[in-house]
Amino acid sequence: MLTTKVKKRAYLLAATLTVSVVAIFFILKSLSSNILYFKSPTEIKNSNDTNFNKKIRVGGMVKKNSLEIDSEEIKFTITDFENEIMVSYSGTVPNLFTEEKGVVAEGKLQDKKFFIADRILAKHDENYMPPELKKIMKENVK
Amino acid sequence: MLSNLGNIILFSSVFLSLTLIFFSFKEINSTGEIISKKIYKISLIQSTLILFCFFTLISAFIISDFSLIAVYQNSHSAKPLFYKISGTWGNHEGSLMLWVIILTVFSFLFLIINKSHPKNYRLYTLIFQNILILGFLFFILFNSNPFSAVKPLPAEGLGLNPILQDPALAIHPPLLYLGFVGSSIYFSAAMASLITNYSNKFFALSIKNWVLISWSFQTFGILVGSIWAYYELGWGGFWFWDPVENASLLPWFAMTALFHSLLVLEKRNLLYFWVIILCLITFILSVMGTFLVRSGILNSVHTFASDPSRGLYILFFLSILIFSSIFLIFKKYKKNDYSINSNSKETFVLINNWFMMFYLLTVLIGTLYPIFTDALSNNKISVGPPFYNAVIFPIVILFLFFMAIGPKTKWIKNNFNNLKSFIVILFFSIVINLLITFFFKSYTILSNLIIISSLFLIISSLLDLKQILIRGKFDLARVISHLSFGFLIFFIGLNHNFSIEKDFNIKVGETKSFEDYQIELKNLEIKDHQNYKAIIGNLSINDLVNGEIKTLKPEIRIYDKPKTLTYEAAIKTNFLKDIYITMSNIDRSEFYNIKFQKKPLMIWIWISVICLAFGGFLRTFQNAKNS
Repeated sequence: MLTTKVKKRAYLLAATLTVSVVAIFFILKSLSSNILYFKSPTEIKNSNDTNFNKKIRVGGMVKKNSLEIDSEEIKFTITDFENEIMVSYSGTVPNLFTEEKGVVAEGKLQDKKFFIADRILAKHDENYMPPELKKIMKENVK
Repeated sequence: MLSNLGNIILFSSVFLSLTLIFFSFKEINSTGEIISKKIYKISLIQSTLILFCFFTLISAFIISDFSLIAVYQNSHSAKPLFYKISGTWGNHEGSLMLWVIILTVFSFLFLIINKSHPKNYRLYTLIFQNILILGFLFFILFNSNPFSAVKPLPAEGLGLNPILQDPALAIHPPLLYLGFVGSSIYFSAAMASLITNYSNKFFALSIKNWVLISWSFQTFGILVGSIWAYYELGWGGFWFWDPVENASLLPWFAMTALFHSLLVLEKRNLLYFWVIILCLITFILSVMGTFLVRSGILNSVHTFASDPSRGLYILFFLSILIFSSIFLIFKKYKKNDYSINSNSKETFVLINNWFMMFYLLTVLIGTLYPIFTDALSNNKISVGPPFYNAVIFPIVILFLFFMAIGPKTKWIKNNFNNLKSFIVILFFSIVINLLITFFFKSYTILSNLIIISSLFLIISSLLDLKQILIRGKFDLARVISHLSFGFLIFFIGLNHNFSIEKDFNIKVGETKSFEDYQIELKNLEIKDHQNYKAIIGNLSINDLVNGEIKTLKPEIRIYDKPKTLTYEAAIKTNFLKDIYITMSNIDRSEFYNIKFQKKPLMIWIWISVICLAFGGFLRTFQNAKNS
């Protein structure tokens, strides 16, 4: 026979364990549905399983002479010097956003050539470049 | 000259630390219960020297002595004096000096304040603390020495990153460091307590105030950082779940769990090993945060001063901390008989800890996950606000209810004879929430639940406050902190649901209308300042509902040393709302990008956090007075 004290502790332990397992499951599940993948225009072109409903980040350079501005939105082209993608965006633009500089845009793909961004990532100084971008630039710029 | 002086002091500090460790070991083996005067003196000299070293560095910044690498890289002779001084700790090398100062000064204070505790426990704490000091002194000397000489002598410095030239960011690092570097002292004390088997409630008493003080400063530090991000980064938010912000939040969760469990150890002599684990992980998380921020391993928008070689050293130091902690815990672990009644205050404290660990784990996983996927699958990913919002906010609802009920329970065995009052409070919370949705605006079910639960905590804490005023029965510090936390969530909830945001591009002279507002960019002014040039937008905001016309003047600042641009948001604050505008030029065209935001009750979010931290200070003060 188990004493009531032991029983009580077993219950408490079981409850704590269950709650913890559920909690961790919950964390991981939310994580998998909320991560943002970072892609370059070339990666987007080459991928076969593009999900158009999931947010992603696209990074590269703002192409020269591609910037168009009107009162509602900004359009520009992101290039990694091999492939490019058109971006349409309405929202705050970082001050250091300019043609021929690195940019990271967050949003959804409409098709493999057109991207609607809802956020353009700010940079703190002009020398800063996100590590992902550095990699793309290294691979493609000789 | 200052370079040599600084180096000499740093080397003498290493020598003093070694001497302290040596003499402390010698005294541990000697008989007698009193620590000799010698040790006090060395510890005092050590603290004084380190402070003197820091003042040497500050004076180098003030006189712009560019022969020092830290000054050369982070200062400029044309910078205002205030930012010359704050530049001392606004960079990697200088901020490490701040680390060492807090480590040494806390070590000395812990030694002189805890005289009533056993000799060996105090000596071991001193030894461990000095090992930490040595670790950081070596880091400074061999990797990040602010006193390293630059040859040939540069004529001018490179300047401080302009977004760091800000009053809030001048006080942000010292506050935050007092918090998370302050946690070193209970890391050392926990290690000492394991070695000397000093595991009763008196151990809890010896570290209680240190935990509270570091928690309060940590809270303040996080607040000041948030306020800065709010007006300086130009996004209008105050929390972005950025890895750097998360790094400051992780130790905060651990500290919060810790001072709640300490109550159980103090009052009931239970949970000793759990308290030890929390002491250890608080400091480990602090060092881990430093590693994440300084190594540049994480892609954060505010990674300053990152360098892989620094990361390697901190990682090495971090592994030593983790392995030695785990080793000591396993070596000393004893099975305790925990007989906790499931309906008691002890259980409620454990529930608090469970929540804190849940939040900690969530933020930890979210922060570290990108590093692992990058290393394992070469997939570049990031985890953003949607993840944290999805996980944390639903859980906050339950947490707030427990936070209201917990303090009203009794130690050992509780009975819920106040169940009726809880139902009444819940009823009023629901009614108030309904009134808000009815008269102002309806919002999602989740928001409804969050606001109801925060109201539950607020009302029940207000009733406690009434009890204090009548009978002086409950403790004031706890009520203030719990009440402020309730208000914090309440105001965040309202702010989130009632905010208005609008982005648009506009030329000078144009007017933009939307919802109840009409905004005109009248003209631009250009002003020259000591260290930057400002383009000031003259915007008139016409509130069509009450006919109020306000003028706001956001700026674009062009800094020369180093060359960069920053936003300066224009914010009109009153007790009801903030009107917030930032302006940026798009690629030197005639278009200006305007972000307009109405943020209701913004100032109350800041005030709630100030009161939250104040609760911690008040409790420390009360403890000190009682003992």
